[in-house]
Amino acid sequence: MAEIRNYTMNFGPQHPAAHGVLRLVLEMDGEVIERADPHVGLLHRGTEKLAEHKMYNQSIGYMDRLDYVSMMCNEHGYVMAIERLLGLEVPLRAQYIRVMFDEVTRILNHLMWLGTHGLDVGAMTMFLYCFREREDLMDCYEAVSGARMHATYYRVGGVYRDLPAVMPQYTASKWHSKKEVDRLNDNRQGSLLDFLWDFTERFPQRVDEYETLLTDNRIWKQRTVNIAVVSPERALQLGFTGPMLRGSGVAWDLRKKQPYEVYDKVDFDIPVGTNGDCYDRYLVRVEEMRQANRIIRQCIEWLRKNPGPVICENHKVASPARESMKSDMESLIHHFKLFTEGYCLPAGEVYSAVEHPKGEFGVYLVSDGANKPYRLKIRAPGFAHLSAMNEMVRGHMLADVVAVIGSQDIVFGEIDR
Amino acid sequence: MFKPPQTVIEHAREKFGDYISNVIDAAGEVTLEINRKYVLNVCRELRDNPMFSCEQLTDICGVDYLDYGKESAAGVKEGPRFAVVYHLLSLKHNYRIRIRVFLDDEMPTVDSVVGIWSSANWYEREAFDMFGILFQDHPDLRRILTDYGFVGHPFRKDFPLSGHVEMRYDPEKQRVVYQPVSIEPRTLVPRVIREEGYGG
Repeated sequence: MAEIRNYTMNFGPQHPAAHGVLRLVLEMDGEVIERADPHVGLLHRGTEKLAEHKMYNQSIGYMDRLDYVSMMCNEHGYVMAIERLLGLEVPLRAQYIRVMFDEVTRILNHLMWLGTHGLDVGAMTMFLYCFREREDLMDCYEAVSGARMHATYYRVGGVYRDLPAVMPQYTASKWHSKKEVDRLNDNRQGSLLDFLWDFTERFPQRVDEYETLLTDNRIWKQRTVNIAVVSPERALQLGFTGPMLRGSGVAWDLRKKQPYEVYDKVDFDIPVGTNGDCYDRYLVRVEEMRQANRIIRQCIEWLRKNPGPVICENHKVASPARESMKSDMESLIHHFKLFTEGYCLPAGEVYSAVEHPKGEFGVYLVSDGANKPYRLKIRAPGFAHLSAMNEMVRGHMLADVVAVIGSQDIVFGEIDR
Repeated sequence: MFKPPQTVIEHAREKFGDYISNVIDAAGEVTLEINRKYVLNVCRELRDNPMFSCEQLTDICGVDYLDYGKESAAGVKEGPRFAVVYHLLSLKHNYRIRIRVFLDDEMPTVDSVVGIWSSANWYEREAFDMFGILFQDHPDLRRILTDYGFVGHPFRKDFPLSGHVEMRYDPEKQRVVYQPVSIEPRTLVPRVIREEGYGG
């Protein structure tokens, strides 16, 4: 009889299902996985070290590049840490704008996840559908910050500027006829809030559409039900947060339990799974999209009624208006000081966490009183999730690895930092 | 923000006695400074005692205090160079506790808490990789984020931002080679510490 030996297989880093640059070394017994050893760090850019050499405001842009599919939530965690240490009060309107964009970001992230997860498991259509909706939300990002992805919109003390009253329009060209452009511009006639409101009107039906494709789909269920079951106890032990923890049946959401900004003033529910398998995590995330939609609508209603400042008046940390710099000497000095030296934080340390689409995104900031952080530690949710990879895939088939990676919602920008 | 109530802090003081060297209550957060030798005792108690029940270890982070306060009037802060900071979360009571352990300068070593919280595994590997902190009895203490065959611990304060070596493709040898870095590190904005109330 021939001798059967275990063999090791290399998965990635150049594999479309590796979601970037994951390298997995799998020890296989036939087609069953005995051990998985993820090799990470291929995207390590030393963000934390770079931040130690930059003024506080200059690092906001680096935060976008951590988890590059949920940009504004990363910024949120970072600016909140600084605000907490400074004891800075953020204007109410800015808080609502932040909450609204956090939820826009959550939908963006979950759409990206749903599309790629579907693609990995074999549902090509999902990818195309999800990217159709993402386009509208990216336009919101662009309208408010000028960038479709790396927005740098949240600033210490508020947000960069108020929501625009007009949406950018498409113009007719060689490739787009007048008729086509008119159709595209149809819902862009009003302000950003009108555009977003129109989106929230349509979005629940779109989620239904995704669900008709997947939720009762036999292939989808065969690929995800009872795959990588994690018990609530293990989920806590392994440091799971966000949808991964809730999928295992632990009702823990920082937005509810430790509310920040105005999350205690908006109405929403937290979905919780029961079995802790890939299918439950899918259901949790889909429901989160619906809830995010609800929060956005509440924010829009509030923002329409309540104009006001969107960044604090303390010009030691927030730049004065460009207009006032032309006539006011003090504003000019503040502007000059802010951009040549920055501002100093009191010596101390702070840990601030936000409910990022992937889980708890924490920023631990140590300051020695200088204008640059002494140490910045980013607690990325994906890092803890990926470390559980070995436990989650052990005993499963090779094809299930792909489903597990998809269900963990891995993005390497934040894991490797 | 969500810090443990005073009774819990008092209970910790009583329970741990000499294990704790300092309790810091600042910026709405509580930090317990623990003697290095008793990390395991304290952590196990924090997890299992229903008074604390910190079910989750959120984060482990190394800190290098080599240059702490270098630009200030008082100069560099005296004291141990390395520290490990643990962030714990209690879901039951809804609060966070931070633990800091100062380590020896020569051979920074501390007991691994993998046996208490499984999530410590990769966090400790990261702290080892970045700071060279050794975690005793860690099941698999390998480098995690840096390149295969990397030398040094990049997040230490005496490690330059630009690193020591750079990589390029050598067309003659037809392979990738390492060579000393050719870029000069430069600082556009110097680090300053201003006294309180500076600039009005």
